[in-house]
Amino acid sequence: MKRYDAIVVGAGHNGLTAACYLAKAGLDVVVVERNDFVGGAAVSRELYEGWTYSNCSYVCSLLRPEIVRDLDLPRHGLQVIPYEGGLTFMQNGDYFANYDDHDAHYREIYRHSPRDAEAYEHYAAELMRQCRFIKPLLMRPPPDPTSFRPRDINELLYLGKAFHGLGELEMYDTLRFWTMSIAEFLDEYFESDVVKAHLCGSGIIGTALGPYSPGSAYVLLHHYMGEVDGNIGAWGFARGGMGSITKAMASALQAEGGEIRTGSGVERILVRNGKARGVVLENGDEIHGKTVVSNMDVKRTFLKAVEAKELPGEFLTAVRNFKIRGSSGKLNIALDGLPDFPQVPKDCPALRGDTHFSDSMERMERAYDDWKRGTWSKDPYLDTLIPTRIDPTMAPPGKHYMTVFVQYAPPHLADGEVWDGPNRDAFGETVLNQIAQYSPNFRDLILHAEVRTPWDLENEVGLTEGNIFQGELTFDQLLFNRPVPGYADYRSPIKGLYLCGSSAHPGGGVMGAPGANAAREMLRDLDAPQTVREPVQ
Amino acid sequence: MSAGYDVAIVGGGHNGLVCAAYLAKAGRKVVVLETAKETGGAAKTEVFSPGFKVSSGAHLLYQLHPKVLADLALEKHGLKLAADDLATVALARDGAHVTLKGPSVEGVSPDDARAYANLHERLLRFAAALRPMLSQVPPRLGEGMGLADKIALAKLGWSIRRLGRVEMREFLRIVLMNVADLAEERFESDLLKGALSFDAVLGTHLGPRSPSTVLTLLYRLAGEVSGGQGRIALPAGGMGSVTAALRQAAEAAGAEVRTGSPVAQILVEQDRAVGVGLDGGEVVTARTVVSNADPKTTFLCLLGARHLDAGFVRRVHKLRSRGDVAKLHLALDGRPEIPGLSEAQIRGRLVIAPSIMEVEEAFNAAKYGEASAAPAMELVIPSLGDPSLAPEGKHVLSAVAIYAPYALKAGWDRTRESFKQRLIDRIALYAPKIEQQIVAAELLTPIDLEKRFGMTGGHWHHGELAVDQLLMNRPVPGAHQYAAPLPGLYLCGAGAHPGGGVMGAAGMNAARQVIAREKR
Repeated sequence: MKRYDAIVVGAGHNGLTAACYLAKAGLDVVVVERNDFVGGAAVSRELYEGWTYSNCSYVCSLLRPEIVRDLDLPRHGLQVIPYEGGLTFMQNGDYFANYDDHDAHYREIYRHSPRDAEAYEHYAAELMRQCRFIKPLLMRPPPDPTSFRPRDINELLYLGKAFHGLGELEMYDTLRFWTMSIAEFLDEYFESDVVKAHLCGSGIIGTALGPYSPGSAYVLLHHYMGEVDGNIGAWGFARGGMGSITKAMASALQAEGGEIRTGSGVERILVRNGKARGVVLENGDEIHGKTVVSNMDVKRTFLKAVEAKELPGEFLTAVRNFKIRGSSGKLNIALDGLPDFPQVPKDCPALRGDTHFSDSMERMERAYDDWKRGTWSKDPYLDTLIPTRIDPTMAPPGKHYMTVFVQYAPPHLADGEVWDGPNRDAFGETVLNQIAQYSPNFRDLILHAEVRTPWDLENEVGLTEGNIFQGELTFDQLLFNRPVPGYADYRSPIKGLYLCGSSAHPGGGVMGAPGANAAREMLRDLDAPQTVREPVQ
Repeated sequence: MSAGYDVAIVGGGHNGLVCAAYLAKAGRKVVVLETAKETGGAAKTEVFSPGFKVSSGAHLLYQLHPKVLADLALEKHGLKLAADDLATVALARDGAHVTLKGPSVEGVSPDDARAYANLHERLLRFAAALRPMLSQVPPRLGEGMGLADKIALAKLGWSIRRLGRVEMREFLRIVLMNVADLAEERFESDLLKGALSFDAVLGTHLGPRSPSTVLTLLYRLAGEVSGGQGRIALPAGGMGSVTAALRQAAEAAGAEVRTGSPVAQILVEQDRAVGVGLDGGEVVTARTVVSNADPKTTFLCLLGARHLDAGFVRRVHKLRSRGDVAKLHLALDGRPEIPGLSEAQIRGRLVIAPSIMEVEEAFNAAKYGEASAAPAMELVIPSLGDPSLAPEGKHVLSAVAIYAPYALKAGWDRTRESFKQRLIDRIALYAPKIEQQIVAAELLTPIDLEKRFGMTGGHWHHGELAVDQLLMNRPVPGAHQYAAPLPGLYLCGAGAHPGGGVMGAAGMNAARQVIAREKR
C-alpha cells in the first residue's frame, strides 16, 4: 500500500498552503477533504442558480503576500480587487463614509468632527506602528518563554529586539494597546460616536468580545495587519468569490504533483506507538503516511479524531479549555437589482465597500450583551457588502449578490432553544429588518436568502461552534499560548502529527500563515529541502 | 511664610502618612498637609449616626504591606486587629450558603472543594510571584533604562521563571484571562463562581467576562495581612485606627502633621516644585513636594497643565478614573439575622453575588452609565467583634456595592434614594428582618466619595486598575517611577504603582525614590 510523506486533513486555505509548500519540497502529499469541494471556509458556491456566493469568508486582506508569491497564485487564477471605502448608516438620516482618497476621507471626518479629522492622522500612525511591529511575527513560530532551546531563546531575543526598537514611550503604548479595549483606544482619539462605531467594527468581528472588552484593540489590529497590493490595512474581493483563493491554491498544489481527495472525511487519525501513521476515512479506507497535518481546529483534531488514550491528560485538559466560541452568523442574499439607500448619494464610492448600520459603540456593546445572555443580537452589528458592484462574475448581469456578516449569534441558545426552525427564521428577519430600515426596496429585491447560524458553519465546514478563527483571539490564546502552551510550534504530543489551521499561531482569517509555518516545521523535522522562507533574525 | 521643609506631603491618606514616616525616619524634615480635620483619607472611622461608627471608605484590610507594618512598628503605635482571618460567605437565598476560608470551601460538592483547594493554592503561588513587584519601582524601558530598571525586570522575570515550566505556562495562560472562564473551567457551584467573580471585579470597571480579571484577582491575593497571604482582616476600631497608627508612627519619627490645611496649589519656581500654597494663602516652602492626591488632581488642579508637556497632560486627561463602587452604612438597633449562618460565618465577609451571570448583568448596566438593577455586594458587620463601633446591643453594617457608576446618566441626585432602597432590599433577601432594624442609613455614591475624600471620580484606586494602567503605565509613562516630569515633585498615592487598597506600598516606594533622588 502506498505510503505518503504527508497527509493533510482538510482542504481549507491553510491545509492547501501547507500542502503546496510540502509538495514544492518534493514530498508525496495528499489532501483529504470531507466536502465534495475544496476550500473549507474560503469557498465560492452556487446555492442559487446563476449566483456565486462567498458563503463563509467573504473578503480578503490577510492572505500573506509571501504566500501569494511563493505559490504563484495569480498565475493560478487569483485576482484580488481592492474595494474603495466603507460606510456606516446613522439613525438620524446621515451617514459616515470612509474613502480611499486621503483628502476626501479627511473632509468626511471633518464633517462629523473637526477634532476627529485631526486625530485621525495620529490614530492611523499609531495603528501603522502596531502593524509594523506585528507583521514580522506572523510568519515565524512563537517562542516558548519557558524553554531554554537555542531556537526559542533566539526567537525571544528577536521579539525583545523588535519591541525595544519601538522606542521608550512607544513600548509603553504597545503594552497598553495589546491589553486595552477598542472602545478605550478609540475614545482616546475621537469624540464622534459614528466615527468610533465605524472604526470599531474590526475590533469585534469574529470574536466573543464586545467593544468594551479589554483585548479587543488587538482584534482590530488582527483585521488591519493585512494588505492588498502592498496597501496595508486595505481589503479586497477575490474575483469570483473567496473560493478563487483556494481554487488557485489547489491548482498550484496539483501543478506541484500533490493529490487532492474530496468527499473523503477523516474518521480518525491513526496512531501507533505514539506516532502518527495515517488516517482512517469515514468509508473505512485507510491512508498511510509518514506525517499527518491537521487543518481542523485543535478541538476537532485532538478530541474527535485522535483517541484520548494517545494523549497526555494535561494536554487534553488544555485542549478542552481552549476557547472556541461561535459569535457570528451570516446571510447570503441574491438580489434582483441594486438596493436603494436614499440616505447616501447614489454614486458614493463608499457604497462599493463594507456598509454597517450600528452608529455607536454602545449599540455594538449591547449587541454583545445579548450574546452573553445566550441569544442573537436584537440590534446586530452587520458587515454588509455587495461584491457584484465591483465583481460582475458573481451574479447574472444586472443582478446582485449581497453578503451580510452578523455579529452576534451564540452557538448555544439559552433556555433550551435550538437554532433550527423558527429561531433561524427570526434571526434572519432581524437582519433583513435592519437593512430594510435603510433601503425601501431591499425586501422586494430578495430572490433568495441563505441564513447561516454558527451551527451551520460547524456542520458544513467543521469549525467548532462556528468560530471563524478556530479559537478566540484573546491574549490567553495568542502567541505561545496558541493553541496550547508548550505546543505553539505546530507540533503535538504525537510524533508526526501537526496542526496547520487557524487554531495555531497567528490565528484566523484567510491568512495562510499557520499553514506555511506548519509546513516549515514539518520540513525541518523531515530533513527535507526548506521551501518556506526562514524568518529573518 | 512657614519655615522651609525638606518635604511637604499633600494629603494625609494612608500612603501620605507612610511616605511621611519613612522620610522622617530617614532624617528629612517633613510636613503633611491634610484638608480634612482628621488624617486618614479614605481609610477612616467616622460617626455616621449618633453612637454609630464605621470605616467610611475602605472597610477591610487585605494587604497592609508587611514591610510597612514592621518598618513603622505599627503595632507599637496602636494597630490592633479585631479579626484577622475572616471567612468569605457567599450568601444563598435558600440558606445553603457557601463558605470560603483559605484553601477550604464548605457547601459545595467534593469535586468543587478539591478543585477550589487546587486553584487557591495555585493562585496564591502566582500572586506570590507577582508580590515582589508591589514593593518595586516599575522599570523604565528603552533608552532611558538604567541598571536598577534592568534589575527590576530581571527580578520579575526570575520570580515567574522560578514557578517552573508547567506552572509558568499556566501562569502566562491565565494571567490575562477572564475570571468567568477560570471559574467555569473548574467549578459547578454558581455561588462559588459568583463569589470568585466578585473578588476579581470589585473596585474595577470590569465584569467577570472581561479579559484580565484573573490579574485583578491575583492582585487582591498578592497582599498579606496578619502574616498570611490572601487573608482578610478587620482592624479594631475601624480603618481609622490603621491611619491613626500611621500618623503616630510618622509623628514619632519627627514628621509634622497639619490637618485642616487644604493645599490649593503646588508652587513652581524655575521649573522646580518649591512648596505649596494653602487655601488661606499661606505658603509652605519645601525642597520636595510629594502628592498623595490622585494624579488628575495633582497634575491638572494643584500643579496646572502649563508646567507640563502637552503629551503628558493628554495622557493624564485620558487616565480612566471613574469609580463604580458605592458604600452603604446601616445603623441597626439589634443584631441582624441571616438564616443559615453560624456565629463564625456572620462575623465574616458576606458576599451577595449569586452567579457569574448576575455579576455580569450588574456590570452591563454600568457600561451604559446606569446603576445595577441587582447590585453585587460585600457586607460586614464589624460591630459583632468590635463593640466600640456601636452602642451596646446595637450594630453597624457596612457594605460595598457594585456597580454604581460615577457618571450616572440619570444623575445621582435623582437616583440616590431609590438606589439606597435597592441595596437595602437586596440585603433583605437574605436578612428578612433587617428593614425593621434600621435606625439610620447612609449611602456614599462615587460622587460622595469624590467629595468626601478628594478622589477624582470617587475611584478607590485613584485610577482604574486595568492592565493598560499598570506598571509603566501607572498612572502614566513619565510619572511611573513616582517622580513627576517636574523636578522636585513626586506622587505617593494609589494612582501610582501598585495601586490602591490599604497597602502602603505606593507611599513606601515613593519615599524610597525621594530618598534616592533628592539629596539633602
